[in-house]
Amino acid sequence: MPRSNEQWVSRLKARQDTTLIELRGILIRNLGKALVRHSHVDEGLIEDMVQDSVMRILDRLDQFEGNSQFVTWATSIAIRVAMGELRRRRWKDVSLSQILPDANTTFAGTVDSAPPPERILMRQSMVQAMYEAMEKCLSERQRTALLAELKGMPLDEIAQRMGSNRNAIYKLTHDARKKLRTGLEAAGYTAEDINESTSEVIA
Amino acid sequence: MRLSKEETDELLRQIGLTEDQEIDCDQCLALVAEFAEQEACGARVRAALEAVRQHLAICGECQEEYAALCLTLDNAETKPNG
Repeated sequence: MPRSNEQWVSRLKARQDTTLIELRGILIRNLGKALVRHSHVDEGLIEDMVQDSVMRILDRLDQFEGNSQFVTWATSIAIRVAMGELRRRRWKDVSLSQILPDANTTFAGTVDSAPPPERILMRQSMVQAMYEAMEKCLSERQRTALLAELKGMPLDEIAQRMGSNRNAIYKLTHDARKKLRTGLEAAGYTAEDINESTSEVIA
Repeated sequence: MRLSKEETDELLRQIGLTEDQEIDCDQCLALVAEFAEQEACGARVRAALEAVRQHLAICGECQEEYAALCLTLDNAETKPNG
């Protein structure tokens, strides 16, 4: 019979062995499903990840508000732990300077060939305004974090290299995006212009 | 510094989606289990969870973790009631 959320929490707070074993078993199964696309992840690695996850879950039991099934909440934490570990392994030998060799030099735009000429002009001037805002309005840390993210480096990895944490880097890039939006608005571009530009070019 | 067309598009897309107030990755983690269950049920999510949807549209890592969580939701142990 499935346990209620309250039973999970109270028994885990009491560190009841049978409940801990059951939670580990569920997380091993769920991580197996969640990481099915990561063919290099073996059972031993999953067990290590679950071990770390259970510790994290026990530390956060008081933060569980009961708005979902307890196991879904616990699985979301286990997935964050597991994905973080996989990203660390994937990016461990990559430095910021490798992916951003010239982050502080002048930005140069690219030219699209597919859209009609007026769209090319509109997009070129918008991109130029965005680049100017990047140079004038962003701090070096904001520019570095934003560009590293665009180059595909995960936030945790950017944070580790910048002596920060994932939340702080997200806040840094959020502030950067707001400044760029303000810069584009000052140059006469609305959010609608920006959205139309990207949908046209991507399509 | 040259951004590729794809990187420029992505940055413009993110700027277009930017809100004055956004939740961060830890706030997203606190809410994503409920969001995933509601989405899996096809239920209309409560207003507070719309911030999760917006965060997932911006944050690649949280989006990747959410997609992985969704893969587990057909599991009996995580299936929401009702």
